[in-house]
Amino acid sequence: MIALILTKGVLAALFFGGILNLAGLLTWVERKQSAVIQDRVGANRAWIVFRSKWLAPLNWILRPFNVLGLFHALADAVKMFVKENFKPHATDTFLYTLAPAVSFVFALTAFIAIPFGNTLSIGAHRIALQVADLNVGLIFILAMMSLAVYGVIFAGLTSRNNFAHLGGLRAASQMLAYEVTLGLAILGLVIHYGTLSLQSMVLAQSGTILGFLPAWGIFAQPVGFLLFLTAALAETKRVPFDLPEGESEIVGYFVEYSGMKFGMFFLTDLVETCLVACLVTTFFFGGWQVPFLTEAGFQFPWGSEWLLSRWVVELLWIGSFAVKVLFFNWFFMMIRWTLPRFRYDQLMDLGWKILFPASLVNVMVTSLLTVWKR
Amino acid sequence: MIRTKRLTRRELNLWEKTYLPAVVDGLRITLRHFFENMTLQTLRLIGFKRFRGAVTYQYPEEQRPLASRARTRHRLTQRADGSPRCVACMMCETVCPARCINIVAKENPDPNVEKMPASFDLDLGMCVYCGFCVEACPEDAIRMDTRILDISAYTRDQMKLDLQELLNPGSRKPPTVS
Repeated sequence: MIALILTKGVLAALFFGGILNLAGLLTWVERKQSAVIQDRVGANRAWIVFRSKWLAPLNWILRPFNVLGLFHALADAVKMFVKENFKPHATDTFLYTLAPAVSFVFALTAFIAIPFGNTLSIGAHRIALQVADLNVGLIFILAMMSLAVYGVIFAGLTSRNNFAHLGGLRAASQMLAYEVTLGLAILGLVIHYGTLSLQSMVLAQSGTILGFLPAWGIFAQPVGFLLFLTAALAETKRVPFDLPEGESEIVGYFVEYSGMKFGMFFLTDLVETCLVACLVTTFFFGGWQVPFLTEAGFQFPWGSEWLLSRWVVELLWIGSFAVKVLFFNWFFMMIRWTLPRFRYDQLMDLGWKILFPASLVNVMVTSLLTVWKR
Repeated sequence: MIRTKRLTRRELNLWEKTYLPAVVDGLRITLRHFFENMTLQTLRLIGFKRFRGAVTYQYPEEQRPLASRARTRHRLTQRADGSPRCVACMMCETVCPARCINIVAKENPDPNVEKMPASFDLDLGMCVYCGFCVEACPEDAIRMDTRILDISAYTRDQMKLDLQELLNPGSRKPPTVS
């Protein structure tokens, strides 16, 4: 029992540590990637340089980080922590303080159901590389993503600011509209795989279809993929769906938040981006699966084999999950820096008049095909 | 009678209403920029300095090239003996739309020249860099070709230039908090 708790603790620490660092790093990625897209150089002024000549070797080590501007994330954190802790006059302090924590914690909790590798065998121990192997993992994730909305609504309601209030309401109705599509898009997957556990879903995506395509969810549910991607991006509240925030002109639900409370809202967006990247990977791109890789090694469709030891295969699986998640983070940044913001009526039209019926049709077609195949 | 032309806006068809074609088009542009600039900047970073993946000038270290006619901070030109060419004719003071020039004249010891400035004060905080003073000057005594652009100060008084500073443009040190 204690061994179980310890292994789970270590897994959770590793996974959450990785996710939080990735989210922190995404602030840097966002700056640099937008700069590269827009023919700029990007933030590169936060330098750590030691004056003492005894520490000169350290300067030499720090130099690449300085040049790439990696310390801007650190400078941001320092700035957030030393800012004034503003509190609106005559408000519910408890809810006001709770709001960022609510949205942050629930966004983070959703990660526990995501498998990032197959079962790892160390001696006689078998460790499932998943913080919690929930057999209702999918419903759990949807529930956590819905609960995260409460943070936003609390923030809007307790800020004592009409702009924040309106931002919170915009967020609420946007989340509601796209959550329906999100659930229905996943329902297609559930019908196709016949399970709610994410690990079994990933296991079902091993092997190939038609002999050469990896049996990934995207080939089984291409429409479901587009619907899920759109709805999930809307859930992250980033451009093109950033109507709840709209920092520069329509000011959103966190106007009245300063310092690290604002920082938590900001980080929540990036954590949710990571979450969506993890989910898209798990549902549609085979999770930790590598194409043609079985437990013994690569078995290519043209008949040749490349046998690998169990350890190499395990590492390849975890690495493949990481690479896929990083790729989707990059891809979401590309989308974020490509598209302009939707107008509010366009947003609602897209959500209710296009995505919702399309997801219904997707569910019906998937059900028919599944029954027909049986 | 104004002639009007009624333009009909084309309705989006169903495929366009999904926004997918527009999204793909946009992504194609940003992806092209991304990969192009990424390659160029990486090449620059590993030592090929002739590639530029960005239009950025790293300002304090790297100055942007200025056009030869760019109007920058003023200077007063000197005669061979080091005295100002200015004859205190007040043309520049008169033409200045911002009224930032203030000249006090005195008698020139040279019998061939009538006057010279006792003081020549120029308030950069008021100057609009129109260049009229340079055009009005009959003696080519004031020019705006020092190439000094980083004019900043902590107080309004620090923005004022006097005769000595105008004659020796490099003499002014960056301002300090007073």
